[in-house]
Amino acid sequence: MIPADLTVALPEIALAVFAMAALMFGAFAGKDRVAAPILWATVAALLIAALLVAFGPAGTRTAFGGMFIDDAFARFAKVVVLIAAAAVLAMGQDYMARRRLLRFEFPVLVTLSVVGMMMMVSAGDLMALYMGLELQSLALYVLASLRRDSLKSTEAGLKYFVLGALASGLLLYGASLSYGYSGTTLFSGIFAAVESDGISLGLLFGLAFMIAGLAFKVSAVPFHMWTPDVYEGAPTPVTAFFATAPKAAALALFARLGFDAFGAAVGEWTQIVAFLAVASMFLGAIAAIGQRDIKRLMAYSSITHMGFALVGLSAGTATGVQAMLVYIAIYVTMNIGVFAFILSMARDGEPVTDIASLNMYSRREPAKALAMMVLLFSLAGVPPLVGFFGKFYVLWAAVEAGLGWLAVAGVIASVIGAFYYLRIVYYMYFGEEGDALDRAMPAAQWGLLMASAVIMVAGVVNLFGIEGFADAAAQTLVR
Amino acid sequence: MVGLEHYLTVAGVLFVIGIFGIFLNRKNVIVILMSIELMLLSVNINLVAFSHFLGDLVGQAFTMFVLTVAAAEAAIGLAILVCFFRARGSIDVEDVNMMKG
Repeated sequence: MIPADLTVALPEIALAVFAMAALMFGAFAGKDRVAAPILWATVAALLIAALLVAFGPAGTRTAFGGMFIDDAFARFAKVVVLIAAAAVLAMGQDYMARRRLLRFEFPVLVTLSVVGMMMMVSAGDLMALYMGLELQSLALYVLASLRRDSLKSTEAGLKYFVLGALASGLLLYGASLSYGYSGTTLFSGIFAAVESDGISLGLLFGLAFMIAGLAFKVSAVPFHMWTPDVYEGAPTPVTAFFATAPKAAALALFARLGFDAFGAAVGEWTQIVAFLAVASMFLGAIAAIGQRDIKRLMAYSSITHMGFALVGLSAGTATGVQAMLVYIAIYVTMNIGVFAFILSMARDGEPVTDIASLNMYSRREPAKALAMMVLLFSLAGVPPLVGFFGKFYVLWAAVEAGLGWLAVAGVIASVIGAFYYLRIVYYMYFGEEGDALDRAMPAAQWGLLMASAVIMVAGVVNLFGIEGFADAAAQTLVR
Repeated sequence: MVGLEHYLTVAGVLFVIGIFGIFLNRKNVIVILMSIELMLLSVNINLVAFSHFLGDLVGQAFTMFVLTVAAAEAAIGLAILVCFFRARGSIDVEDVNMMKG
């Protein structure tokens, strides 16, 4: 029984053991002098775990009495999370080292939060959900305030902590109500209870509270207030991490809870999700117009993108979940490329985040400017780039589910949102010449920027087949 | 006779006090930490009450997890607060205002 359970959770356990071993090694073998080796070892460990998950046994396996589920859906989300975390660590190394921020805790905390995210997407029980979410969040609070001596970073950590703890509290209150009114914490038990007796008022309250808590984690409007401040204040590699892996994990958890636990009452929660989606798309698109700081701008951009991903979820169908998964994968890829570029923005070694500093960037760095332009067009959803197909999939899923108004709202929001992406392109190609940015860009950042841009162009052929994997994942989730 | 609804009412009231403590408090960040703790503990009352009236031990196991996480959360919150105090020299809520938002 127990050995079989442990095999199912092997990647998580291996990563948790690795994180603790790395912590011990760092603490006893010279603190921050060994930070770089630990970081590269972590990148390797995350990639190995991704391979282990991707090529592990197929099919659905459960462990610990159904509390932990390993199915195609969980595997898809885990691979996205692991690759995103590895990419962010690799491109952040040089930035952190230059600013004397490369402490050995950085890769360890990233690993621990990744273990939490893997736990979240595999959760089959309210307790597993809560523990995974908290492991992730507690590590992220510390990461946000990693720059201990900086006022902005500690303030970002404090704000993130207070609002994150509030979100956890809401989620937990919802979980306690769901437990009380269904008599079990297992998702399968809640599903059976809803299926046989319908959704009671207590369960409905529990569901609403849990959705509010999860909306905080995916930074959907009206629970988005923390996002711009935390993105601006946290060190840029940490911001890059916030914008990718936790978003993917939280969305997957959202879908997991919606279908595995409340799949018999899809109509009840899709309305709430549709509202969150519309509000996020519009607020993100409109509020970003006034932003001059590229990190704040990316925060609003991520709010908009979460809105689009939630459009897929609000369809409440297998097609919708498939569209959401494809959207997450594309979004994460684009953001890795854009943040690789933002990490390299510096003048005389000092990081710069003002978008006006990109004036006439194309004249000095045509290749990087071109790659960035491709990524920005893709983020805006300009056809024929891959970002367009992501939006197309979610909007199509909404139309198929009879939510035509939602698709129309999505198109309008995407047109408004295109403005601020195109403004950056305008600065790069037609702005007035100002002080030049540093030309140096470490190999890891350059490679990830170019790879991400190439994927955005080459992926239009068949999206590298991720539709197939996403479809298999969605089929296991939606019954 | 004290029934389930009494426990749920107490927990609900405590939870709402906790939320209001976070949003209405304009003075001190420590009070926010206390409010967060209050929210988590009200959930524990909920869980234990349900556990008792359902005759099911899972709720009490859940409570143990919540207590553990709440302790870790308080430790991390205080650590971040100490770092913030070193950088800012104050823990007034009004002084958490470097970035607008």
